[in-house]
Amino acid sequence: MLVFAEALRNGLGTYVKAITDPDALSAIKLTLIAAGIAVPANLVFGVAAAWAIAKFEFRGKTFLTTLIDLPFSVSPVVAGLIYVLMFGASGWARPLLDTADIQIIFAVPGIVLATIFVTFPFIARELIPLMQQQGTDDEQAALSLGANGWQTFWYVTLPNVKWALLYGVLLCNARAMGEFGAVSVVSGHIRGQTNTMPLHVEILYNEYNFAASFAVASLLAGLALLTLALKSFLEARHGSELARSQKH
Amino acid sequence: MEILVNNINKHFGAFSALKNVDLTIRSGELIALLGPSGSGKTTLLRIIAGLDYADTGTVSFGGVDMAGTPLRERQIGFVFQHYALFKHMTVRENVSFGLSVLPRGKRPQKWLIADRADELLELVQLADLGDRYPHQLSGGQRQRVALARALAIEPKVLLLDEPFGALDAKVRKELRQWLRELHLQTGVTTIFVTHDQEEALELADRVVIMEKGTIAQVDTVDRVYEHPASPFVFDFMGSTNIIPASLHGRELYLDGKLVATLSGSILPGGAVDIYVRPGDLRATGEHSEGVEVMVKSVQRTGPLVRASVTLASNDQPLIVELPHLHHDVPRFREGSRLYLRLMQYSVFPSADRLASRDSVEKPTLIGRERVREALP
Amino acid sequence: MTSMPHSTLARTRGTAFAAARLRSRSALPCSGLGLIVLIPLAGVFFKAATLGPAEIWNIVSSERVLAALKLSFGTALLAALLNAVFGLLVAWVFVRYEFPGKRLFDAAIDLPFALPTAVAGIALTALYAGNGWIGSLLEPLGLKVAYTPLGIVVALTFIGLPFVVRTVEPVLRDAEKEFEEAAASLGARRWQTIWRVILPSILPSLLTGFALAFARGVGEYGSVIFIAGNIPFVSEIAPLLIVIRLEEFNYAAATTVAATMLVVSFAMLLVINVLQAWSNRHSIRHAPTAIKEK
Repeated sequence: MLVFAEALRNGLGTYVKAITDPDALSAIKLTLIAAGIAVPANLVFGVAAAWAIAKFEFRGKTFLTTLIDLPFSVSPVVAGLIYVLMFGASGWARPLLDTADIQIIFAVPGIVLATIFVTFPFIARELIPLMQQQGTDDEQAALSLGANGWQTFWYVTLPNVKWALLYGVLLCNARAMGEFGAVSVVSGHIRGQTNTMPLHVEILYNEYNFAASFAVASLLAGLALLTLALKSFLEARHGSELARSQKH
Repeated sequence: MEILVNNINKHFGAFSALKNVDLTIRSGELIALLGPSGSGKTTLLRIIAGLDYADTGTVSFGGVDMAGTPLRERQIGFVFQHYALFKHMTVRENVSFGLSVLPRGKRPQKWLIADRADELLELVQLADLGDRYPHQLSGGQRQRVALARALAIEPKVLLLDEPFGALDAKVRKELRQWLRELHLQTGVTTIFVTHDQEEALELADRVVIMEKGTIAQVDTVDRVYEHPASPFVFDFMGSTNIIPASLHGRELYLDGKLVATLSGSILPGGAVDIYVRPGDLRATGEHSEGVEVMVKSVQRTGPLVRASVTLASNDQPLIVELPHLHHDVPRFREGSRLYLRLMQYSVFPSADRLASRDSVEKPTLIGRERVREALP
Repeated sequence: MTSMPHSTLARTRGTAFAAARLRSRSALPCSGLGLIVLIPLAGVFFKAATLGPAEIWNIVSSERVLAALKLSFGTALLAALLNAVFGLLVAWVFVRYEFPGKRLFDAAIDLPFALPTAVAGIALTALYAGNGWIGSLLEPLGLKVAYTPLGIVVALTFIGLPFVVRTVEPVLRDAEKEFEEAAASLGARRWQTIWRVILPSILPSLLTGFALAFARGVGEYGSVIFIAGNIPFVSEIAPLLIVIRLEEFNYAAATTVAATMLVVSFAMLLVINVLQAWSNRHSIRHAPTAIKEK
């Protein structure tokens, strides 16, 4: 892989130095934090949304489906922009935030929010086709046996989709850690404070510090490869269950 | 078109799907390939069609070896189990497909194709549904479209893979009758695959019964039912009671008592099994004519009365079936003892005996007896 | 239909429960979505609307914005077209052929999904730059890729390929061999089978994949900015222009460009959903429905 070759061009020493640089370390930390919040949040949203869409009929269902897909077709830059408009220096929510003394744009919460937005569809999209295909027979059987709604969900619905769910979480996590456009707009690029790993890659690259840039990039590429490896493994082990949810 | 299948062998990996299969199908015949799943019947059909290739052996149509003829030139009407209708085409487009892909020189003009399609839709009684899409049709209608599409190319042979498998019982019955009539009208040599013996008996002129990749019996419908060649065929064609007995010369002993003297040629003696259908057992008052049983329970199922009984000698369970208006019905009461007469049965070497010997030996029929029932 | 009395009871009971829980549950994703997605999006349009039509027109029709929009949509369209062709080929090969290394290749197709866009951007730039592995081969041929619109097309093609492959693949797999066998048994030659049976049946999914790749291409930022060179009027894409305007604190201009892109994206989404509804209508499962029907 090219990224790894470029990263190691100037020797292992430079590589280690680039990664253990305080700015790089703080970028790694921030990326982990953002993903650590965004992924569980989307896990809850995604499962709930997929459950509602796949198992029930209600008005506005098509609308909800469209909304879930929205972040896929909205430019990440635009996604970032809307948060700037809302919480930025002249945003509508500004007075409210000032009184509460909360900084969102050019700070960690903004990065987390943007990440949640961009990665929103991954889990729901992974689950919906599978859940729809499985139908509601199992759930009705559980209900007829006296289980309540929560028990039905926990003991019947969730185990049926656990591998697809894991798969969705994997993809969601990969995207959350790698998101660039949206985060770039809201972060403010403050070194050591609001720089995530992809942003750090850009800064180093623009400073013509290619070796360091590729060193950090290699970490992200490694993550991507790990994700793909896990995905292949999951597909091989639980292929039949995942087969229906191949659409991204 | 006469079809000759000669010494076909087919393996899928280590699994031997067909073993030395020979079969002759006469021109204009309606023939059923019948067997449990995994018996090789669909594989045989696909090889005849040219959808699969045999490892060894030949298939010939009208004396011409088909080995070098690809599927699309064989002029075969093949109806798939799930119909395989083209979803993006209307019913009429589906039916016209075969004619519209003919080489330019042979292709009829558009209006001729349209006329032919309408004619076929008329034949399958779907004249008003030509503009619908397959997903707008019921299962039975789809089946008929698939058939019309296959007939459009004026096939020399019509092959159907489990044609009624995906339909519910009532539709299936209607379509069977309809297919039978259609066959009479068109006279096309037709082979269909089924695992439903009732379907095979009702539709086919002849039945090919398959077992583990070999042909167990080829015969007319009546012959297969009346003279099953092996315990497998007997069992597959309907419900069966098996009663262990012994044979000395021509004399058949059951429970130490002589029940019959078999006719026919010299027979291998020893342990045998009597195969008898539940409907071929009758109650008799005479001690000398039958085997003693205990009635365990009696149940009415529609037009039949079904009694569970056990042999008095060894408690072996048997099932007896009678029409519910039969004069013997009152004699079957729970707990009562009575004698049963075997009206019609087959005798095969016993299963134990076969197992202990070389298992390759075919469990052939030893004898078959039929007792005329005296009118009351 | 043989629905026993007790199963009918269970069914009605189930639906009643479902309906009851539905109201309480659906509120959760809805409110979450509303908070995170809907309100801010509406904000973009509100903000743009406060400007007044003349000012909006001024911004949109400025040469630099027009050039950026044209470049974004043009390169995205070209890349999506390329992807439709190559994606279909790749999907076909995957479904129909077995070859060594297939699993690895299959995983590699998803690489653009999993690889952070910034990483993809610098990697592609390094590859296609004048001194890169591929760039150094193309340079003597007079083909400059990095820092030109061609570079943008390359990046967008890389990013968009999995969309087409993964949308077409399941449909192609679904278009069972039976359909081809049926066509062949009816006398169709190979190309007739492909042209008249297979292609029409996967067309909706191909269009969907194309639309997804196009939508993604229009909005793509991370992978493009490194390879594009970002020269105004030549290789400056619309999302980058938004970022530039934002950094100048010219929110009005940024918002207007964004709103224009959003309108187009919404239109794309609508098309995608219509196409999907259309393709669903045509791919009714055969056997199970047939059993239930009379």
